[in-house]
Amino acid sequence: MKYVDEFRDGELARGLAAAVTRAAERGRDYNFMEFCGGHTHAISRYGVADLLPTHVHMIHGPGCPVCVLPIGRVDMAIELALKHGVMLCTYGDTLRIPASNGLSLLKAKSQGGDIRIVYSCGDALALAQRHPERQVVFFAIGFETTTPPTVVVIRQAHALGLDNFSVLCCHVLTPAAIGHILESPEVRDYGTVPLDGFIGPAHVSTVIGSRPYEFFAEEYRKPVVIAGFEPLDVMQAILMLVKQVNEGRAEVENEFSRAVTREGNVKAQNLVAEVFELRREFEWRGLGIVPYSALRIRGHYARHDAERRFPLAYRQVADNKACECGAILRGVKSPWQCKLFGTACSPESPMGSCMVSSEGACAAHYTYGRFKELTPA
Amino acid sequence: MKEVKRGYVRPLDVKRGCVDMSHGSGGRAMAQLIAELFAEAFANDYLGRGDDGAVLPAAAGRLVLSTDCHVVSPLFFPGGDIGCLSVHGTLNDVAMMGATPLYLTAGFILEEGFPFADLKRIVDSMAKAAREAGVPVVAGDTKVVERGHGDGVFITTTGLGFLPEGVNLSGNRARPGDRILVSGTLGDHGMAIMAKRESLGFSSPIISDTAALHGLVAELLASGADIHVLRDPTRGGVATTLNEIAQQSAVGMMLQEPALPINTEVAAACELLGLDPLYVANEGKLVAIVAGGDAERALAALRAHPLGGRAAIIGAVHEDTHHFVQMTTGFGGRRIVDWLTGEQLPRIC
Repeated sequence: MKYVDEFRDGELARGLAAAVTRAAERGRDYNFMEFCGGHTHAISRYGVADLLPTHVHMIHGPGCPVCVLPIGRVDMAIELALKHGVMLCTYGDTLRIPASNGLSLLKAKSQGGDIRIVYSCGDALALAQRHPERQVVFFAIGFETTTPPTVVVIRQAHALGLDNFSVLCCHVLTPAAIGHILESPEVRDYGTVPLDGFIGPAHVSTVIGSRPYEFFAEEYRKPVVIAGFEPLDVMQAILMLVKQVNEGRAEVENEFSRAVTREGNVKAQNLVAEVFELRREFEWRGLGIVPYSALRIRGHYARHDAERRFPLAYRQVADNKACECGAILRGVKSPWQCKLFGTACSPESPMGSCMVSSEGACAAHYTYGRFKELTPA
Repeated sequence: MKEVKRGYVRPLDVKRGCVDMSHGSGGRAMAQLIAELFAEAFANDYLGRGDDGAVLPAAAGRLVLSTDCHVVSPLFFPGGDIGCLSVHGTLNDVAMMGATPLYLTAGFILEEGFPFADLKRIVDSMAKAAREAGVPVVAGDTKVVERGHGDGVFITTTGLGFLPEGVNLSGNRARPGDRILVSGTLGDHGMAIMAKRESLGFSSPIISDTAALHGLVAELLASGADIHVLRDPTRGGVATTLNEIAQQSAVGMMLQEPALPINTEVAAACELLGLDPLYVANEGKLVAIVAGGDAERALAALRAHPLGGRAAIIGAVHEDTHHFVQMTTGFGGRRIVDWLTGEQLPRIC
C-alpha cells in the first residue's frame, strides 16, 4: 500500500535499530515516554521494542482518550441514554469502558438505551436531521485531534437551527496532561519515574503545532521529538532522543515534518476557540483533577451543550482499589505489575480503562506482547 | 352470471407485494408463497413431493451434518446477498470436514412487510448457488414474525454430506512442524459488508468472496497431501480460527506477516478504519494445516483451482504450552495474534 508500506519497512527498521544501538551509550539507561496511544499501539503491534537495545526503555503515557475518560463522564452518557431517552452517538471505543453499577454503554444498550456507533461526528448530525422527533447527543471524546470536527458539527447544527442535536463535550488538552506528569512528585521530587524525554504526539501536533512543547523542553529540560504513528517514525524519534540526551540538549524536534508545523493548523485553532472555552478543571482517569485541561462549549452555543440541555450532574467515581491504571497512566508502573493484569482484568472483561481501548497500555501489552513474560524469546 | 374459475388464486404480486401475517399462518396464502416462490426456485424431486419430510437414500459410511444461521445486514452487498451466503456458509462447513455435500435444507424467518421482490431475489440467488454447487435444497420451512420482530429475513440452512473413507480432519490434529496455509486473500467479505453499511459513506470496489469451497477441498484432498485441519475463517477471521485450532490441538503457531495475502483495497480500508485484516471475516476462504513435508504439494493443489489462485503458506505450528498464536511482523518484531475481543464488525454473516 503506497504511502504506508514505506513507513513499515523491515530493512529500514533494522538499519535504524543498529543506529540506535550504536548511539545509545553503554552504562546508562534511556527512558522515554511516548505520550500518545497511537505510538503505544505502533510499538506493540509492530514489535518496535524487540528491535531496541535493552537499555532503551519506553514508558507508556496517558495519551489514549478512552483511557483517561473518568467513570463519571461515562455515567453521564449512560444516564442520557437510559434516563433521558436520547439517541446517544459515540465512537465505538467508548462502548466497553466499565462504568458505575457494573454498567457500560454496551450494557446500557442491551438494557434498551438507544446507543449508536458512529465513525464521524458528522454521522451523528445526520441522524439528528433524519430523526427530528428525537434528541440526539454526540458523546465527544478525545484530544485536540478530534476537537475540530466536533466544532464543525456544533457550528453546522447552530446554522441549521437543529434544536435536537447536542454534544456531551469531554475534549481534553495534551499540554495540560504533559505538564501534570512533569509536575507529579514521582517525576519531579522522588525520581521514581526516570524520564529522559518525550515522543510528542503526531495527530494532535498537526492541530496545535510544535510550539506548545517548547515550554516543557525549556522549563523541565526534557527533549521532545514529535513523531508520526508509523513504526519507522517511532524508531527515528527514539534515535533523535538518544542523540539529544547524549549531547545534553533539551529541544523540541520535529520528526513528523511531513504533517506538523511550528504553528499548527491556525484555522482549526481559531474555530476551536470560537466554540469552546477552557474548563477551570477536569477529572482525568489516572491523573485526577487537572486544572485547565479540558474544553466546554461556550454560552453562545448553549443549545447544543448536553450538559446545559439535560439535568446532568457530574459525580466522581473511584477506580477499583487494586486497579493500577492511575500509576500506569503516569508511567509509575507497567501493566504487568498490576495484580489484576491478565487475571481479573482482560480485554474481554476490562476493569480498568487501560484495558479497554487497543491504544491503552494494558490492552496493547495483553494483545500483542504478553508472551514476553511467559515464553523465552 | 359469471362463471367462477375453479381453484383460481390470483398469482403472487412479486413486483409490489409484501409478506403479511397470513403467509405464516399455514393457510392458502402460505401454500401459495411456498409454491410460487420457493418450490419454483428450488425445483427438485425431493421438494416436489410436498411431504413433511424428504425421503433420501441411505448412504453406507459416515455422514457429516452441519447447520448455520444467517442474519447479515445489509441483506444485499457487493459480491452476494444473504441467499447465496446461506448456501455457501453451510456447504463450506460440511466441506471443512472433508465431506462431499449432498443435500441442503433451508428455514426462513420472514418479517411482516418484507417485499416479495427482495425475497424472490434472495431465493433465486440461493437456488442459483445450490444449483452451481450441485446440491439440492430438499426440505424447508417458513415462518412470519410481526413487523419489528425480525430484520427482513433470517435464513437457517442445514447441510448433509458424505465423508469418504480415510478422511479424518479435526481442529485437534495440528502438530508441531505442520505448515499453515490460506487459500487466498483475507478480509474481503467483512470489508465488503463494512463498506456497504449505511453509516460509512465511502464507495469502495471491495467485493465479498462468498463462494462454495467443496470443489477446492476435493482438489486439495485429491493431491494426496497429509491434511490435518481444514477450517473456513468466517467470523473473527483467520486470527480467531487459528486461535481455536491452537487451543484444540494444544500447540503454538508463528505467522509471517509478509506472507499474508491481502487485497490492497481491503488493506487500505482496514487502515482507514483501524481494523486488522486478520480479524475480518471471509466467506470463500479456507485455512489448511498440513504436514510440513506436504505443504508445497498442498499449495500447488490450491493454486491450481480458480478459488485458490492467491493461496499462500503463512506460518508454521510449533510446541507452546501457552497455545499462543504469534506473528513475526514485517517490521522485524514479534507480537501475539490474540483472540478477537468484542466485535470488530456488526452482523456480517
